[in-house]
Amino acid sequence: MAVTGAILVLYLIAHMYGNLKIFSGQEAFDGYAHSLRELGYPMLPENGLLWILRVVLLASVLIHIYAAVALWARARRARPAAQRYKVNKRVARSYASYTMRYGGVLIALFVIFHILHLTTNHIAPGGRSDSPYERLVNGFQPEFWYVTLFYVLSVIMVGLHLRHGIWSALATLGANMSRRQGTLNAIALGISLIVTVGFLLPPLAVTFGLVS
Amino acid sequence: MNITLRVWRQKGTDDEGRLATYKLTDVSPDMSFLEMLDVLNEKLTLEGEDPVAFDHDCREGICGACGVVIDGEAHGPERTTTCQLHMRSFKDGDTITVEPWRAKAFPVIKDLVVDRGAFDRIIQAGGYISAPTGTAPDAHAMPVPKPDADRAFDAATCISCGACVAACPNASSMLFTAAKVTHLGMLPQGQPERASRVVKMINQQDEEDFGGCTNIGECAAVCPKGIPLDTISQLNRDLLGSLSKGVG
Amino acid sequence: MSDNDFFLVGDPIKDEKAPEGPINERWDKRRFSAKLVNPANRRKLSVIIVGTGLAGASAAATLGEAGYNVTSFCYQDSPRRAHSIAAQGGINAAKNYRNDGDSIYRLFYDTVKGGDFRSRESNVYRLAQTSVEIIDQCVAQGVPFAREYGGLLDNRSFGGVQVSRTFYARGQTGQQLLIGAYQALERQVAAGTVKMNTRHEMLELIVVDGKARGIIARDMVTGEIETHFADAVVLASGGYGNVFFLSTNAMGCNVTATWRAHRKGALFANPCYTQIHPTCIPVSGDYQSKLTLMSESLRNDGRIWVPKQHGDTRDPRQIPEDERDYYLERIYPSFGNLVPRDIASRAAKNVCDEGRGVGPGGLGVYLDFADAIQRMGRAAVEAKYGNLFDMYQRITGENPYEVPMRIYPAVHYTMGGLWVDYDLQSTIPGLFVTGEANFSDHGANRLGASALMQGLADGYFVLPNTINDYLAAGPFEKIDESHPEAVAAKEQVTSRIDTLLSIQGSRTVDSFHRELGHIMWEYCGMERNEEGLTKAIERIRELRAEFWRDVKVLGTNDELNQALEKAGRVADFLELGELMCIDALHRRESCGGHFRSESQTEDGEALRHDDEFAYVAAWEFGGEDSKPVLHKEALEYEYVEMKQRSYK
Repeated sequence: MAVTGAILVLYLIAHMYGNLKIFSGQEAFDGYAHSLRELGYPMLPENGLLWILRVVLLASVLIHIYAAVALWARARRARPAAQRYKVNKRVARSYASYTMRYGGVLIALFVIFHILHLTTNHIAPGGRSDSPYERLVNGFQPEFWYVTLFYVLSVIMVGLHLRHGIWSALATLGANMSRRQGTLNAIALGISLIVTVGFLLPPLAVTFGLVS
Repeated sequence: MNITLRVWRQKGTDDEGRLATYKLTDVSPDMSFLEMLDVLNEKLTLEGEDPVAFDHDCREGICGACGVVIDGEAHGPERTTTCQLHMRSFKDGDTITVEPWRAKAFPVIKDLVVDRGAFDRIIQAGGYISAPTGTAPDAHAMPVPKPDADRAFDAATCISCGACVAACPNASSMLFTAAKVTHLGMLPQGQPERASRVVKMINQQDEEDFGGCTNIGECAAVCPKGIPLDTISQLNRDLLGSLSKGVG
Repeated sequence: MSDNDFFLVGDPIKDEKAPEGPINERWDKRRFSAKLVNPANRRKLSVIIVGTGLAGASAAATLGEAGYNVTSFCYQDSPRRAHSIAAQGGINAAKNYRNDGDSIYRLFYDTVKGGDFRSRESNVYRLAQTSVEIIDQCVAQGVPFAREYGGLLDNRSFGGVQVSRTFYARGQTGQQLLIGAYQALERQVAAGTVKMNTRHEMLELIVVDGKARGIIARDMVTGEIETHFADAVVLASGGYGNVFFLSTNAMGCNVTATWRAHRKGALFANPCYTQIHPTCIPVSGDYQSKLTLMSESLRNDGRIWVPKQHGDTRDPRQIPEDERDYYLERIYPSFGNLVPRDIASRAAKNVCDEGRGVGPGGLGVYLDFADAIQRMGRAAVEAKYGNLFDMYQRITGENPYEVPMRIYPAVHYTMGGLWVDYDLQSTIPGLFVTGEANFSDHGANRLGASALMQGLADGYFVLPNTINDYLAAGPFEKIDESHPEAVAAKEQVTSRIDTLLSIQGSRTVDSFHRELGHIMWEYCGMERNEEGLTKAIERIRELRAEFWRDVKVLGTNDELNQALEKAGRVADFLELGELMCIDALHRRESCGGHFRSESQTEDGEALRHDDEFAYVAAWEFGGEDSKPVLHKEALEYEYVEMKQRSYK
């Protein structure tokens, strides 16, 4: 869980970096998207590294989900329905840790939608295009506010997921020592905030007409 | 003070159980929570109703026998054991819900009494240093740096009450196991068995049907002895070390 | 002393096992003369151990490791919860790590003197010798004793001795030592040499052909009455302080195991020797279920006082210095607030009896840290005593950094117990008794940090070296549940339970226990006299009769039934209480924790009568409603000169 989570966090940071190219204009953004296909070329065939990355990512996602389901099932077994508390109270649980499981499901659904929308372009609210830049601009026009809203909510959920996930992964990997706890929490909070804001900027910029 | 109690009553492990409501008048704010239950039991007995069974022994916060979930919190609103919680933490007219620790690994025996034998079995699996009587070298033969000794001590204060399991959304016993792994692992005497200890204890913990740890921190937050959450990280670190060495 | 209304006098008794010769060679001699059991034969021998405190868990772990088949019992849900866990202060050992003049001989001397010359020299010397090995053993097991920056063990001085020989683990030495023994025990459980029975209570001893051969125990979850056999039985079931209802003992501590053995023929020695600890948190109301002790170390820096004026109810901070009576410093100028426990306790009682006590009911004295805070600074006080202050605040709701603490004495430890010889064997062959359950090492008063030492000495080192001598004659004839003695014992237990459940009277078990406690505290507490004790015996007899007529125990035997468990224990306390009063009545001297108001010096100090009472009073059960029989074991002092204690 921690290792796959860490791979996914690294991917998200790279992904966010790419997204922010939108502010450099259509050429830069499309050029960047295109260059991904040629990563590692000519050492590897065109699209080669991209596919390797895709396979690694897919495997990480699947393992991550498998581990999550296994943990969830263990927790269900460890405290079966008949043994639930009649009164519940959160003492230390943050909203972030509370929403790990439901949030994870929402994020998974979002990722499917997101790929169909902006990668394969099977869903194209504002019209299809071969330019990733245009796909993005088309997709987040004000009239498709519900797409933007879903995107925003999902990204916030990703942020919450990272907030607890990064902290938890570091603990699982043995890095959480009491004197470091403040730092680790700051790292988790920092990364999750940066990722959230970084992902929110491009679509909101489109919706509010800053990028067209 | 007047208090309304909603207490979990369950005749035995196979009984379904239910919350029963009792009213108590003239509760003194200086009573401990368990003394309040004593008063309830005296009253129930005289009225011919079975008294409420609950575990308790030393009543000074060290034996770890007592422990109930009070209004959804293990050991109640203060960070202490149930026996050291006093009624001054509640208000006149409060309704208080009292439930047992709930986890499959801690089956209810009766009312608020649960079986925590799983903890003993986790210790049996490896929570010790093998030092047969008579084999010990002089106590000063092996100095222990104070920071290590202090960290071992912090972890060794665990009273195995089970509040960590009760409070954990996953019903995981990770904090309990981690406390023992850290206590023994920080001391030079604990090194020879360190790598195998953690693996054996984790395996036993899994066998006992505890849930998995997701680092939520509810355990450390309710721990009456303040066992730090970083003991779990220490356990994970030891575990990774053991697995990479091929132990287990 | 001759036969009288309350008891008969029997033949004197002698410890036949204690070796002669120079005191420092006696333990070696005994270990050498004791028969050994071949390791291959140990597998064929079985031992039952009742109780899993320091004395029981350490014995089970050690005998299991040695290869015997051990079956262990505890009433708690885990062996780790036995009440040794609550000891705060520390454990003594004659390591002389401080180079401050300590030695085995000095620890021996201090303990004999502290016990007010009512303990055996041989036993105490062995205890002091063994103390050194205990620390080594515990450190090897991972007990996290306090350490200094150099990584070596820290020591402190404790309980009024002038050397620093006490090893400690913050305020929870008992828990850390017990966890060490518990882990060693669980290791043997995993190895299959010890079978652990938790939530089991011993209710009867099985004696066959004069030998202890097993016990009847109740499974406290199912109510099943079980019969267990072995070649020897060890009782490590702790003390009986709960006879006073309010004490620092755990709620479940009881005398049943030792009392049942006493009724089967084991002599009960010095039952009246009770230790009252001076620094407990006072009673706050009728609902009070137990008393909480605060470490005696508080007396190192806190000053004890009461107002000079009777019935002064002003806020203590408003009482000017010259209207305060620092009575310990006044009466005992050289020891001041650090006088031994019994003296500090009695002095507190005296000032309260004069009407100068403070707090609810006037049963309390101030323990004031204002001077210490001024001298050392609040931070230093917090570092040293923070956990105790927190505990005090939690229980009383008062902040001890601002307002002086209130303290009052409470029953803490019972020096009396089953009579044992040098081998820790009782008068029933095959029945061994260790730890607080026996009477052997503390005399009439126990020094601070010595209980943990004795429990572990007995369990780790003494018993495992002496029990062989008995077991070497085994395995004994095989018996099963159909043996008439086993059947009779089981029948006795069952019928007693049936009776308790069938009375269906009008009073709860606790109400009887509380009343018994009041009688004991009033007449057999810190100060005793003939008139009070005679009255107490009469009242206990009445109360016992009423108990068997009017107790109300609900539920059945076939379930977890905590009221039934308590009823059985209180029934035994009601018998023990009477014997304690008879013992206190017959001992017309003051010694250690036993203070007879008829026997005091002109200035109110305890006055011993060595010519008449330098003996162990070992009581034989005389039969139902018959007088107990007193057997005296004379005490001789070859090494320590008998002197009256003086702490002035």
